[in-house]
Amino acid sequence: MFAHQKSQANRDVGEKNTVKFAIIVNEGPYTHQASDTAYQFARATLAKGHEIVRVFFYHDGVNNGTKLAVPPQDDRHIPNNWAQLGKDNNLDLVLCIAAAQRRGILDEKEAKRQGKETDNVIDGFRISGLGQLIEAGIQADRTITFGD
Amino acid sequence: MSEDMQEEAEGTVKKFMYVNRKAPYGTIYALEALEVVLIGAAFDQDVSLAFIDDGVFQLSNGQNTTDIGIKNFSPAFGALGDYDVSKLYVEKESMDERGLALDDLMELTWEDEDDDWEEKPSIHLVSREEMKTILGNQDVILSF
Amino acid sequence: MSILHTVNKSPFQKNDLESCLAHVNSNDAVLLIEDGVYGAISGTRFSVLTSSSDADIYCLKADLDARGIDPDKLTDGVKLIDYDGFVDLVAQNDAVNSWL
Repeated sequence: MFAHQKSQANRDVGEKNTVKFAIIVNEGPYTHQASDTAYQFARATLAKGHEIVRVFFYHDGVNNGTKLAVPPQDDRHIPNNWAQLGKDNNLDLVLCIAAAQRRGILDEKEAKRQGKETDNVIDGFRISGLGQLIEAGIQADRTITFGD
Repeated sequence: MSEDMQEEAEGTVKKFMYVNRKAPYGTIYALEALEVVLIGAAFDQDVSLAFIDDGVFQLSNGQNTTDIGIKNFSPAFGALGDYDVSKLYVEKESMDERGLALDDLMELTWEDEDDDWEEKPSIHLVSREEMKTILGNQDVILSF
Repeated sequence: MSILHTVNKSPFQKNDLESCLAHVNSNDAVLLIEDGVYGAISGTRFSVLTSSSDADIYCLKADLDARGIDPDKLTDGVKLIDYDGFVDLVAQNDAVNSWL
């Protein structure tokens, strides 16, 4: 009853050299290691010549996209590191809009719409809907989640 | 055109599994997982949900959140059937370990279009062995 | 058909490792990352679980090093990998199940 047939999309991957990854980050910076691990994983993925179709930030993960973080100088700057990695590799870094609005992460357009005096999304990230997570899962050969 | 190419042209259908292992309210994961399921239902994928460990508590009936000041999201599980999400696999061992029986869970149903819209239960109690097999046959596994 | 399972919590604190190992199929792989690497230490009540699992057990060296765990102290059969190996594991298996 449960012996389902795998879809063709996944079976073909073993024969290809380049794999398309979707990465989901469910925790914010600094409290959990999840974002650091995801970042190291993303770097290793790109270094091996694979493709990252999207990095989707959900739950507290949306806090990785703030431009207002000011960590001590001897510490890593997690939001900046993601933004830089995105810029260098043309990555699609997406913050979930529902999760972001709950947690006070707003891009310029949304801040205006909500009548807030400031926006706080770092350049290189964009805010979009949960459908982007599902779409990434469909498009990628492999989806991996980092969280707590 | 080959069958594979036709399938590609019509869009890929993948097996999406949402794994729920956390209780509701103590953390937001259960609620935000359900939000993904509801949005994801629009994508016409082969969707199923697994409830393992404390995840089974998400389906408890009689949830009343009035005095904690957090919205009771359990009624939203009742809407899953309307979105053709009808495969909610609940692990029997996880239920037993927590002193739960099927009666303790919400009654969730869906209407089977291919069977004269007959109302059928969405919750499927499965053994850990069956759950292993189900988990082993997925294309995308999402855990929150 | 194989799944890569990742475990990122200490088994002394959470049941993720135990639950994961109870749900792996024989051709699956398990990778311990972050605090999950504490589950790879030999001579604990979890070393029996990991050593008797049908699945291959891997441990991310970066997380082991960070926590000052001597690789000699790992349960027999646990394989050490770096981030490159992590990426390969994800690519080689059909899907990833993160035990969060």
